[in-house]
Amino acid sequence: MSTHTLSVLVENKPGVLARIASLFSRRGFNISSLAVGETERPEISRMTVVVDVEDLPLEQVTKQLNKLVEVLKVVELEPSSSVQRQVMLIKVKADAGTRSQVLEMVQMFRAKVVDVATESLTIEATGNSDKLRALLDVLEPYGVKELVQSGMVAIGRGPRSITDRALTKVS
Amino acid sequence: MSDTGAPTATAPAQTPSPAHMAQRTPRTPVEVTGAQSLVLSLEAMDVDTVFGIPGGAILPAYDPLLDSVKVRHILVRHEQGAGHAAQGYAAASGKVGVCMATSGPGATNLVTPIADAYMDSVPIVAITGQVNSSAIGSDAFQEADIRGITMPITKHNYLVTDPAEIPRVIAEAFHIASTGRPGPVLVDISKDALQARTTFSWPPRIDLPGYRPVLRPHSKQIREAAKLIAAAQRPILYIGGGVIRSRAAEELRRFVELTQIPVVTTLMARGALPDSHPLHLGMPGMHGSVPAVTGLQKADLLITIGARFDDRVTGQLSTFAPEALVIHADIDPAEISKNRKADVPIVGDAKAVLVDLIEAVDNDLEAGNGGDYAAWRERVQGWKQMFPLGWTEPDLAEDDSPLSPQFVLQRLGEIAGPEAVYVAGVGQHQMWAAQFVQYERPNAWINSGGLGTMGYAVPAAMGAKVSQPDRTVWAVDGDGCFQMTNQELATCTINDIPIKVAVINNSSLGMVRQWQTLFYNERYSNTDLHTSHAGERVPDFVKLADAYGCVGLRCERPEDVDDVIAQAMAINDRPVVIDFVVHRDAMVWPMVPAGVSNDLIQVAKDEAPRWDREESEAIEQDPDADHDGR
Repeated sequence: MSTHTLSVLVENKPGVLARIASLFSRRGFNISSLAVGETERPEISRMTVVVDVEDLPLEQVTKQLNKLVEVLKVVELEPSSSVQRQVMLIKVKADAGTRSQVLEMVQMFRAKVVDVATESLTIEATGNSDKLRALLDVLEPYGVKELVQSGMVAIGRGPRSITDRALTKVS
Repeated sequence: MSDTGAPTATAPAQTPSPAHMAQRTPRTPVEVTGAQSLVLSLEAMDVDTVFGIPGGAILPAYDPLLDSVKVRHILVRHEQGAGHAAQGYAAASGKVGVCMATSGPGATNLVTPIADAYMDSVPIVAITGQVNSSAIGSDAFQEADIRGITMPITKHNYLVTDPAEIPRVIAEAFHIASTGRPGPVLVDISKDALQARTTFSWPPRIDLPGYRPVLRPHSKQIREAAKLIAAAQRPILYIGGGVIRSRAAEELRRFVELTQIPVVTTLMARGALPDSHPLHLGMPGMHGSVPAVTGLQKADLLITIGARFDDRVTGQLSTFAPEALVIHADIDPAEISKNRKADVPIVGDAKAVLVDLIEAVDNDLEAGNGGDYAAWRERVQGWKQMFPLGWTEPDLAEDDSPLSPQFVLQRLGEIAGPEAVYVAGVGQHQMWAAQFVQYERPNAWINSGGLGTMGYAVPAAMGAKVSQPDRTVWAVDGDGCFQMTNQELATCTINDIPIKVAVINNSSLGMVRQWQTLFYNERYSNTDLHTSHAGERVPDFVKLADAYGCVGLRCERPEDVDDVIAQAMAINDRPVVIDFVVHRDAMVWPMVPAGVSNDLIQVAKDEAPRWDREESEAIEQDPDADHDGR
């Protein structure tokens, strides 16, 4: 199994997310991360889907996605030629004794403290999944009380835009 | 493509595409209700028949429907019947079939035919009423999320709550259903959208930027395919239902004449090449003919067109056609390399693919680069002669009925002839109808292949007869299937739809019983239907037919078969039901048991084909053959 990041351009219409999510589950794929939002063209939404899957079934799921009428384009983004980012909010135990150590970690990872209480710090961190995992590992010993993370978003490097390319085909 | 995003015209001639519609004089916009807009849209799409049942949420649509002189609504007795009728209508004619139902249970009763149409690529549009938009999500009376329910079994579906969208959605639904790989489209319309005032104008602006079916095959792939065809020694054409749907039977015949390559036609493709053609080896698969199954196993090249390597054809996939390279042409890119990896993938419409292949192979032949398959042809012809389809007559001492079901189907095919339409349910009778009726033309054979829906035959035959009123339409049904949907005989009688039904009555769920005989030590758990044996007839199908206003006939002896079929053929003013009481232990042969290699085909119980010396050696040399597989 390997991890693949798919960018899926879809028409921004009700029910599209359900259609895509159910296609993944019906074909037996587990979505490990999902992010959805409007693009620079409000009539088009972009989904970034991260799946753990072998290459051959990935080809099948890509073809099945392309068959959905509301799907405009499916592109696999390789980590080497794309920027991939995720946001994580971590509530970690930190009292007077440990607060400075935790803050040091926060700085090292170029994360931010967004809320402080006597017993805890809430940290906002952005990065690819490796960086976020590393941050989590170093915070783990202090006690992670609560963790929430966004889906991965990803964009190709260089001047080209997949929205443009999708729309050139369309119009 | 135009800047409206309108797909280019791809629909077959009978179904007007939106592009075709756009060429018509636009109507001046008129102020109407959403319901009137729906009926006007159906009329604009040249819909002549809708099968359905009214109910609360769809009620507004039924009022203008009463006034329509173009659209005939046929009131069925169960929504499942409406769906299968729309399928039969579509499968017999190539036009889009239409069914209509109300919200909640009306809509959920359409789920089976929609799933069936999805599996067998049948173009239908299902229109359902939905509760008022303000009540959606509140568990209102007769509310079901039919759009959510049908997402995985439709090509596309819509929920309409704005009446202004109705003409566009209907035009898109027909376009999507009939183009590319055909399939079902559901349009769910809320009651308030049907009741509200709106403007109807035609043609609507179609907006489907994400829907662009590829029809023309890539020329490079065609050249690659032609190369493999020229180099092959044992090629075989593996023809699926896509050839029927794309109306490519004539192109197939030309390709076969040109190349002299043997052909198998799957359950969905019966009639794509006439059964009488000398190069036709029959149907492949679990109950396929020995030459068709063995032809695929021994081939060095599969030329697959409009077929999808279904498990009922391939058997154990890892041992299917082990020596063959694969050319796989399909209009649906997702079918290619889904089950068996294609060496030459071709995305395109079956007809366009065959036209281009004919040209490419013709060029090769003229340049003296054609393949020579004479030795291979001789070999497959040997199998064809050695292993014709047949059956064992029942042992009269043991069995209570002397009538062989295979004999009934053979005579039915011979008497009703190739111009008739044969519509089957699912089970033993379906396999016998696929094997023993000779199909000489496309669209003469209609059945539920992929989903395997028992009860398909009667309503689908009804739909087929409506679209082909001048043809004789025979439903070939089993006693189990017949009891699932025979209420549509009332619809047939009342609406003057004189179908003929041959019930192959073995008083049991015969295919399940066959498996119990073969794999469950003859322990017949819950397969006895009490419809003909041991003096019981519950129900009596002749009386049942009579109760529905049909003619009911019964046949129990081989010597009466011709006469009873002739009687049925002579009645054209009402439906006819023949109760053929048949030999109960008759089994469908040949058979490849589920999940094993097709090399293990049996021509009868525990009886492998007896090959001549040369062939048996060839079989033993098969590296992948697993003769202990069971």
